[in-house]
Amino acid sequence: MTTYLRRSLPRLMAAAAFIVAAGAAHAEIKIGAVLSVTGPASFLGDPEKKTLEMYVADINAKGGVNGEKINLIVYDDAGNPNQARTFGTRLIEQDKVDALLAGSTTATTMAIIPLAEEAKIPFINFAGAVQAVFPVKPYVFKTPHTDLMACEKIFEDLKKRGLTKIGIISGKDAFGASMLQQCMTVTAKYGIEVLHQETYGPSDTDMTPQLTNIKGKAGIQAVVNPGFGQGPAIVTRNYKQLDIKVPLYESHGVGSKQYIELAGAAAEGVRLPASALLVADKLPDNDPQKKVVVEYKATYEKNTGQPVSTFGGHAYDGLMILVDAIKRAKSTDKAKVRDAIEATKNFMGTGGVVNMSPTDHLGLDLSAFRMLEIKNGDWTLAN
Amino acid sequence: MPEFLQFAFSGLTVGAIYALVALGFTLIYNASGVIYFAQGEFVMLGGMVTVFAHAAGMPLPLAALTALVTAVVIGLTLYKFAIEPARGASAVSLIIITIGASILLRGVTSIVFDKNFHSLPPYAGGEPWIVGGAALLPQSIIVLAGAAAIVAALWYFLTRTLTGKAVLATAANRLAARLVGINTNAVVGLSFAVSAAIGAIGGILMTPITFTSYDSGTLLALKGFAAAMLGGMGNPIGAVVGGLAVGLLEAFSAGYISSSYKDAVAFLVILGVLFVMPNGLFGRSGVERV
Amino acid sequence: MRRFFDSPYAVVLVLAVVVAILPLALPSLFYLRVAALICIFALAVVGLNLLIGFAGQVSLGHAGFFGIGAYAVAIGPTHLGVPPWLALIAGAAAAGIVAFLVGRPILRLRGHYLAVATLGMGLLFAMVFANESAWTGGPDGMPVPRLEVFGWRISGPWSWYWIAGVTLVIGAWIAANVIASPTGRALRAIHDSETAAQVLGIDVARYKLIAFVLSAVYAAVAGAYLAMFDGLVTPEAAGFLRSIEFVTMAVLGGLGSTLGGIVGAALLVLLPQLLTVFHDYEHIALGLVMILVMIFVPAGIVPSLATLLGWKRS
Repeated sequence: MTTYLRRSLPRLMAAAAFIVAAGAAHAEIKIGAVLSVTGPASFLGDPEKKTLEMYVADINAKGGVNGEKINLIVYDDAGNPNQARTFGTRLIEQDKVDALLAGSTTATTMAIIPLAEEAKIPFINFAGAVQAVFPVKPYVFKTPHTDLMACEKIFEDLKKRGLTKIGIISGKDAFGASMLQQCMTVTAKYGIEVLHQETYGPSDTDMTPQLTNIKGKAGIQAVVNPGFGQGPAIVTRNYKQLDIKVPLYESHGVGSKQYIELAGAAAEGVRLPASALLVADKLPDNDPQKKVVVEYKATYEKNTGQPVSTFGGHAYDGLMILVDAIKRAKSTDKAKVRDAIEATKNFMGTGGVVNMSPTDHLGLDLSAFRMLEIKNGDWTLAN
Repeated sequence: MPEFLQFAFSGLTVGAIYALVALGFTLIYNASGVIYFAQGEFVMLGGMVTVFAHAAGMPLPLAALTALVTAVVIGLTLYKFAIEPARGASAVSLIIITIGASILLRGVTSIVFDKNFHSLPPYAGGEPWIVGGAALLPQSIIVLAGAAAIVAALWYFLTRTLTGKAVLATAANRLAARLVGINTNAVVGLSFAVSAAIGAIGGILMTPITFTSYDSGTLLALKGFAAAMLGGMGNPIGAVVGGLAVGLLEAFSAGYISSSYKDAVAFLVILGVLFVMPNGLFGRSGVERV
Repeated sequence: MRRFFDSPYAVVLVLAVVVAILPLALPSLFYLRVAALICIFALAVVGLNLLIGFAGQVSLGHAGFFGIGAYAVAIGPTHLGVPPWLALIAGAAAAGIVAFLVGRPILRLRGHYLAVATLGMGLLFAMVFANESAWTGGPDGMPVPRLEVFGWRISGPWSWYWIAGVTLVIGAWIAANVIASPTGRALRAIHDSETAAQVLGIDVARYKLIAFVLSAVYAAVAGAYLAMFDGLVTPEAAGFLRSIEFVTMAVLGGLGSTLGGIVGAALLVLLPQLLTVFHDYEHIALGLVMILVMIFVPAGIVPSLATLLGWKRS
């Protein structure tokens, strides 16, 4: 038994090493990605992976970056932070990547951040929560708008419409819980009063009990639903079923046409903050973002046959910011690339105009969000 | 009062789905002693295959039939190649096999179809009926009626047909059943097929309300298992009562207590019941042979 | 050879040797991290094996105890100012006490009823961790401060490999002692037949409770280690899938065999790293491995292999 174990363990390890080594090649830019391609956050990780693979192939076909091809290595963490950290270690220690585009969720991102910081390796993540880049960590950047910005956009719109007494029904998943927490920190700033709060589980299939309680609460002028996945679509349907008259606001977690397909007619009149990507073809021609979002949307939908989502857009922005930085740095030297990412100015992404600085590793402002309203089964720009 | 009714409608609809999953658990447990954690995947398959067959141009009834047949074929295949070869393995080993099977089915579904959520148009109009001030979707009635029809058909099958009686005999005592000339292997296979069919029908009925995706079976298996145990494993009536009870508990605790802890309330009640009645509500207390 | 391997202490000796020399064969920090993870999960599985493999009681909720350990080292230092090492001990003690309190009523249940009751118990812990965000950071989890011993901050795969490796050896040694003691004999008797054991005058409830509490403490220590190693804890630590993972590790490796638990843990930690070459087909491969192992070696890898090689009387 001793011999068996002593022999077989290193052998298993060696097998793994061989598999890893097989991916390595000569002069090339190595980009490592750890994404939640399967598991509960797969609707984030799946479009992100597809986007990265699609555009890396495209860049390589056009001759690469600085004359070097990109070698993209993607691992699936299934939404599990422990797994994300292991694959992050593998990318840094084993695959020796030049940069990381990783972290579909806040938890997986937080698991990878210490690795990137320790190895001093540029790391652009796709997490929603503020803590991914605040306080600023030298090597960590992110592309998606923060949950806080989405809340502020919604509250701004509510205030404008004079709807200040609201009910909140949020998902108990990481996204919903984080956004709810962020929202509660800015209620006073916008003069919003939360009269009633409800939650639902990430896989729940009926939210009528919670909505019945919201309906029964006197004085509620609007309802906000931070959440992602199928939850918001079920909330929207139940909302209609119970015939609740006040306006319903969804969050930026509703990031693709799928929501309208699932919620059907019940989605009519629902408002939500979202990036310009969702309304690509409806933007006025003079909108500076129009070109990039129309192009990304067309490419994604042609390649995957699925409706475009803002989540894939975050990966697009991350890849393009990184490629742009490598071009400007004229090398893959990690410190130089980091400096170049931090110096990103007026970068036009699917999420908005990005202006990074030493104190802001996100670089988006509230104008990056558009307030959308669903009319006739399609997104429209509100007001 | 309208609130009470609304909670009850919600609980009954969700509970009917749990009941169907629990029925599948119970049937297979009766025939083979296996806790079949892949049962939730058949609900998922019923929904997913219907959605994609419908999207490919099949009329809805034909798409549903395709899904039903697919589920039964997969159920039998799994039985033949994963459960039967492991006969004689311990109960825990069999549980691991069924968990492996459900990971496998999920993986295949995500590749053959996709990882998105899907819905089906409601079978009888989307406008809710107002009953006593509470809104009830026609689709909920269809789910409830479907569940009731399945229970009735199952009852008729088990007590009024010869094959059904063979199933009951096998469940009661496999060796004795074989001695009186019952082909117990066929009976066990039949149970797996029927369970797959019940799961698929559940999926077909509920998808217009709950949506479906490649991984929607996991939670259903969990809730269905809990419901079957609450009712008393091996008792079809227990499965139905258990399923409805879990659904109602969730709805009423979400409505009256706290939506954050509604699942906790359901499980606390299950724990409480099991402490008082260690074999579930309708379970037989077994006699251990030494 | 045969006699040597019938002794539970032999496994401990082998294990100590392997843990000591393994780093020589590991080319990078990544492998070291994987090895450390194997040790951490193996620790939980060795404990669980006492309950499932020896006492024959299935638990689908042990991630609950794992979570108690993990959140103890997160909440203790962050909210209560307790030093991490003390939080680790407190977490293990808390898990033991919780197991002692719920064990009495829960262990009266048999077979699948016990499975569903432990499953419910595990879910309740996971729900508390996910819902009480003021204390636990909610579903996003919370950071875990580094372990500090005598002013020495412990971090990185090197330190954690040695801590987890040594703890695993100690854990396996304690398990071997339990197995060889009268308690171990009582547990095996319970496994064979509860009624028969009772007739023989064995205090069935007491021995089952001992196994339950012990396994809970093992799980809690493993949970605390993982949380400190990762520097982060999320409610998944206590989730249903993690419980299933523990049972799968124990069963695949071989119930009733300490070495089996370690091999099972190694297999399930290594598989995602190896199967990642299959990309989208990863889960299909994982499901197939689980099914095939159980069909071809229903007793688990280690016991079947031992029988096959004639090391152990079947």
